[in-house]
Amino acid sequence: MPNSDAIRELVSACVGQVGAPVTALRKITETHGHIEDEHVRIVADVFNLSLADVRGIVSFYSDFRTSPRGRKHIRICQAEACQSVGSRALTKEISAALGLALGETSDDLGVSLEAVYCLGLCASGPCAMVNERILVHATREELLP
Amino acid sequence: MSRAEAKRILVPNETLANALGADNLARESRARGHEVVRTGGFGLAWLEPMLVIDGEAYGPVHDLDALDAVALGPLDELPALARQQRIVFDRCGRIDPLEYDPSWLLAQLEREPREIIEEIKVSGLRGRGGAGFPAHIKWQTVYDTPAPQKYIVVNADEGDSGTFADRLIMEGDPFRLIEGMLLSGHATGANKGLVYLRSEYPLAAEIFTSAIARASTLGLLETFDIELFIGAGAYICGEETSLLESLEGKRGEVRAKPPVPAIAGLFGQPTLVHNVITLCSAPGILQMGGKAYAGIGSNASTGSSAFQLAGNVKRGGLYELPFGISLRELVEDLGGGTRTGRPLGAVQVGGPLGAYLFERDLDTPLGYEEMAQLGAGIGHGGVVVFDDTVDLVEQAHFAFAFCAHESCGKCTPCRIGAVRGKEAVAALASGEYTEAKLEVIDELCDLMEQTSLCQMGGMTPIPVRSALGEAFSPARRNGNGERP
Repeated sequence: MPNSDAIRELVSACVGQVGAPVTALRKITETHGHIEDEHVRIVADVFNLSLADVRGIVSFYSDFRTSPRGRKHIRICQAEACQSVGSRALTKEISAALGLALGETSDDLGVSLEAVYCLGLCASGPCAMVNERILVHATREELLP
Repeated sequence: MSRAEAKRILVPNETLANALGADNLARESRARGHEVVRTGGFGLAWLEPMLVIDGEAYGPVHDLDALDAVALGPLDELPALARQQRIVFDRCGRIDPLEYDPSWLLAQLEREPREIIEEIKVSGLRGRGGAGFPAHIKWQTVYDTPAPQKYIVVNADEGDSGTFADRLIMEGDPFRLIEGMLLSGHATGANKGLVYLRSEYPLAAEIFTSAIARASTLGLLETFDIELFIGAGAYICGEETSLLESLEGKRGEVRAKPPVPAIAGLFGQPTLVHNVITLCSAPGILQMGGKAYAGIGSNASTGSSAFQLAGNVKRGGLYELPFGISLRELVEDLGGGTRTGRPLGAVQVGGPLGAYLFERDLDTPLGYEEMAQLGAGIGHGGVVVFDDTVDLVEQAHFAFAFCAHESCGKCTPCRIGAVRGKEAVAALASGEYTEAKLEVIDELCDLMEQTSLCQMGGMTPIPVRSALGEAFSPARRNGNGERP
């Protein structure tokens, strides 16, 4: 897990790029999984922004989370094209099996369930992602083997 | 296929095809000694992974030893391709996305900017992202506005459900977009181009990044700089002013217009903001001439559009067709009707802010004005099919819920209206005081349409009204005036 110095280095490397604060937060999310208070302070410091500015950015974008996701991170598309081929029923089934609502993570951090709005595979729904793996024509069996 | 008959096989390196096993097929083909070219996808979703060997198509391929069972015949005779008029996507699927001969582009970049803008004007090209605004007016405005720095900003924040054209072209022919950026930069006097790509498209990001490096090697980026920016999961950032805020590293809150971005856009400088497909249409226009392009399509909707057929449909995918084709031809003839085989329930055209249309609307030609007459729009070209099990009240509820989830929060009608709308539609389920509730929803929709700062709040009423209008139409009600 990267320490503060590593995070600062990551953030500093974004200086000068277009949209740098957003990019910096994305890189933190990619390497660390979620954004902690300490990271917010670093981003604010590096870009000379207020803590409120940075928290505002974090809360605005759905890719940025402030709590860890599960080791198995399930995302199921909730948008219309997937709705038309049963994503609501699939979500209900997975949600019931895991005992998690969309947006929740299990206490042991084993699994998290999240909504995603469109993966751009809309002729092959329902679509889902398990960590980085993309599933089309997704079924309960594939999501919860 | 044995080693003895080594062949040249086109295997798509495209997100959908890879999810269905194309990566493995490529590996296995190479292991058997064949020459493998990783191309883009053709966008024919039901045939993926589709391989092309000596001009013959095979798909969906799951087993290299059983190709005959999925032989589709000559690629160019596939009905789904033969009926298309591919201008933007002419190379996509046929080429290695990083192989590029720049001679045509370099010749075009010698042309006078005014001449290029004139071709775009004559072509009648309109924005393919949703608004349908004449492209040449933006080009001319950026050209005419003096400034120390001008920008080309590409909107690749393809968030509409039912759309994937931007992804397909960026994965399959990234140089088409680079051509559009360089040509528009040359024509407007911009020397910096930024691509705002959504984070849900990692393969597109990877391929486009390689294409930028390749363009640089080819000497194409000596006077024009291209940077790729990855979004962070916000549908609203597809709205151009929200996108600009996000590109400046801030919350993606929309800006009031005027000033339009063509005058004061990114960092307050003149900025040409276009959807991927709009910019990707420019090379084809300059190739065939604006007049020839204007001869394609119908009425004020000129040229081709990348229609994307999605949802509950048998043969979904990308169909680049001239404007003017009817919804019925697209959904029934090309699409083959619903995947479930049930009767059609509804089609939503133009993404989450688009209207729900029904069987009686299917003969409407797909053109900007023709759809406007139905109170609908083409949006980014997405057409989502539902069968007759669709619950239109649930869809209206989702339209409000999506708006509440994605609203940037800057203006009250959208931020609060969407939440109130969601509650009001949920309350319809009780079946009591239906007329009064529908009236409240109607008034709320008026308010959102008239007073929202951008189209997120301004257009959410479109799916709501079209869905509820049908769900509570006299024909669908029983004697009590309640839902059947």
